[in-house]
Amino acid sequence: MASLIAGGVDCDVHPAVPHLTSLLPYLNDYWRDQVTTRGMVDLISQSYPQNSPITARPDWRPESGKPGESLADMQRHVLDPFQLSHAICNPLYGVQMVFSEDLQAAFCRALNDWLVKEWLDRDPRLRGSIVIPTQSVEKAVAEIERCAADRRFVQVLMLVMGDTPLGKRALWPIYEAAERLELPIGIHAGSAYHNPPTAVGWGSYHIEDYAGQAQAFQTQLTSLIVEGVFAKYPRLKMVMLESGVSWISPFLWRLHKFWRGVRMETPWVDRAPLDIVRSNIRFSLQPFDAPPDETTLIRLFDHMQSDELVVFSTDYPHWQFDGQEALPAGLTPDLVRKIMIDNPHATYPRLT
Amino acid sequence: MNIQFRESSEAASPLTVKTAIADCDIHPARATRAELYPYLAKRWQHHLEVYGVHAYQGMMEGPPYPKAQPNASRRDAYPPEGGPQGSSLSFMQKQLLDPHNVQLGVLNPLNTGQGIRNHELSAALCSAINDWQIDKWTSKDKRLKASIVVGNEDGLSAAAEIRERAGDKNFVQVLLLSRNVEPLGQRRYWPIYQAAEEAGLPVGVHAFGFGGNPITPSGWPSYYIEEMVGHSQCQQSALASLVLEGVFERFPKLKMVMIEAGFGWAPSLAWRLDKVWQRLRSEVPHVKRPPSEYIREQVWWTTQPMEDPERREDLFDVIKWIGWDRLLFATDYPHWDYDEPSRVLPAGVSDDNREAFYLGNAKKLYGIA
Repeated sequence: MASLIAGGVDCDVHPAVPHLTSLLPYLNDYWRDQVTTRGMVDLISQSYPQNSPITARPDWRPESGKPGESLADMQRHVLDPFQLSHAICNPLYGVQMVFSEDLQAAFCRALNDWLVKEWLDRDPRLRGSIVIPTQSVEKAVAEIERCAADRRFVQVLMLVMGDTPLGKRALWPIYEAAERLELPIGIHAGSAYHNPPTAVGWGSYHIEDYAGQAQAFQTQLTSLIVEGVFAKYPRLKMVMLESGVSWISPFLWRLHKFWRGVRMETPWVDRAPLDIVRSNIRFSLQPFDAPPDETTLIRLFDHMQSDELVVFSTDYPHWQFDGQEALPAGLTPDLVRKIMIDNPHATYPRLT
Repeated sequence: MNIQFRESSEAASPLTVKTAIADCDIHPARATRAELYPYLAKRWQHHLEVYGVHAYQGMMEGPPYPKAQPNASRRDAYPPEGGPQGSSLSFMQKQLLDPHNVQLGVLNPLNTGQGIRNHELSAALCSAINDWQIDKWTSKDKRLKASIVVGNEDGLSAAAEIRERAGDKNFVQVLLLSRNVEPLGQRRYWPIYQAAEEAGLPVGVHAFGFGGNPITPSGWPSYYIEEMVGHSQCQQSALASLVLEGVFERFPKLKMVMIEAGFGWAPSLAWRLDKVWQRLRSEVPHVKRPPSEYIREQVWWTTQPMEDPERREDLFDVIKWIGWDRLLFATDYPHWDYDEPSRVLPAGVSDDNREAFYLGNAKKLYGIA
């Protein structure tokens, strides 16, 4: 294992909403009444079943309640021992699964306000991601603008599997707002389950959904690049969160080849996909989906031909590594510094 | 890609007698729709004339994403006697088989009876295309071998078609496509794997097909390039399903070939599956070994379209992780993204690996002397 350094930025931690009722104080009378009268239940996504081994490390799992619902635990498990300067909170509460744009907007607003009050106000190291109601682009932009006034929000959060591919033009006002307000778009593993979780249909197993996240990220990168998002918003950064990293280079080799073959179809893509990724896309470190040997790791990072693509993450409380071994073996001290400190700060302008 | 290779594609290289190769992905086409009628019952001829073919996508003619070239094929591959690219044996011999010294050519007919909503029609068309492969191609050129095309959504009739063709030396594999109504590991497809294993035939899974699912897990994208690139994600999901449903565990002698979906993603997928299997294996107790072991032992990969790193030697790392004994060279003739045999491997490959890559692995897998 490479040595951790103090002052790092953890770009992917997951504070948990204990229950839908935890959001009631942040809903207006109408929505509070809707939740209670209609008997709405807790919004837990199939992407992260509460007791699944992937959802919490055994030694990070609380005796009761959801993994990640206690600030004291997060401090004790990651913020203190990893000597972090900052950790970016990406709440994975199942609000994206809701179909009504009104209900979704109310839940997102409540979730963002809950994050401020229950987490950001209680530990100065914490930063937040704005969860947005993607059923309505107009409402999503309004929520971004509302939250962005608080500089502790450093990112906009979307799921890798939603209603449409992320490059689609209808979503661009979200990207315009994000670029204007210096907010990268974080794209996190998980699905709204509005489409089958693989491109070949519904599988049988949770393990299949989880393994399949990597393919979802690949199709989204294609969409974002070929639709021309980064030609239109060149300063916009996007961060692939809990995406895996070992697929990046071979995927780009394929995309690059086809782009050269059929670039007449998308003439607005004025730079090679490889160059676009190097300037605009980042990836969180965990889960590091490669074998634990230094030789392979060195080859994988060499294939990327850049030391700026990866940003540090523990993925707390998900179980991606044991003990303090968040950094895979073979990373040089220079690369550790880039991953833990320099790359996150270059990605998130609001991190101060 | 034909943009680069058009100038030299018709003429045999004047420089050397070329080493023999296997081409494990050739697409033979019908010159006309009626070319299949001799192999179809009157009922189905009538059906095609009146109702046409209803696939799991809305277009009556052609694909939902317009291709980059007519028929997705090279513009220099139209036969002089007329008809679409890939529809003439004599022109295929002149343009592909002879100049490249193809010793073994594996036919993978597309746009046949697969991905069709009427499963009876699907079975009839597949059976017809299998007869047609023998009559038009393999009986006339011994270098060519056929694939048993099966009605993919009806496992039992597909298995019957495989059993009927088993032992016929015209056929060297069973052909499926990557995109189906469900992921390929699902039970409805198991009779196909059982019959293929019994017949000792590998199952080739070619990219493409229609199953009604959007080609991303986030809905339908806009462009042809997204479909093209997306075929590798479909293939990864299909292979993950095969592993995680325990198909390789249940059919240990089954061999599968991933065709035209690239191979650069293979090590990453295997590593990822191993990693999540360590965590979540209690959900899939029928998967008894690390997923990478099944993949290493039971899966082969055709090469085209080869991933194209800026530094071409980077591909050697990936091939080393997969195994030089698992790659099967393919051109994808007559499609536009054809890989030219003389240009796909960078310098620095040992003679043994080069021979395995171009010919040896394919002869061994397909049982060709």
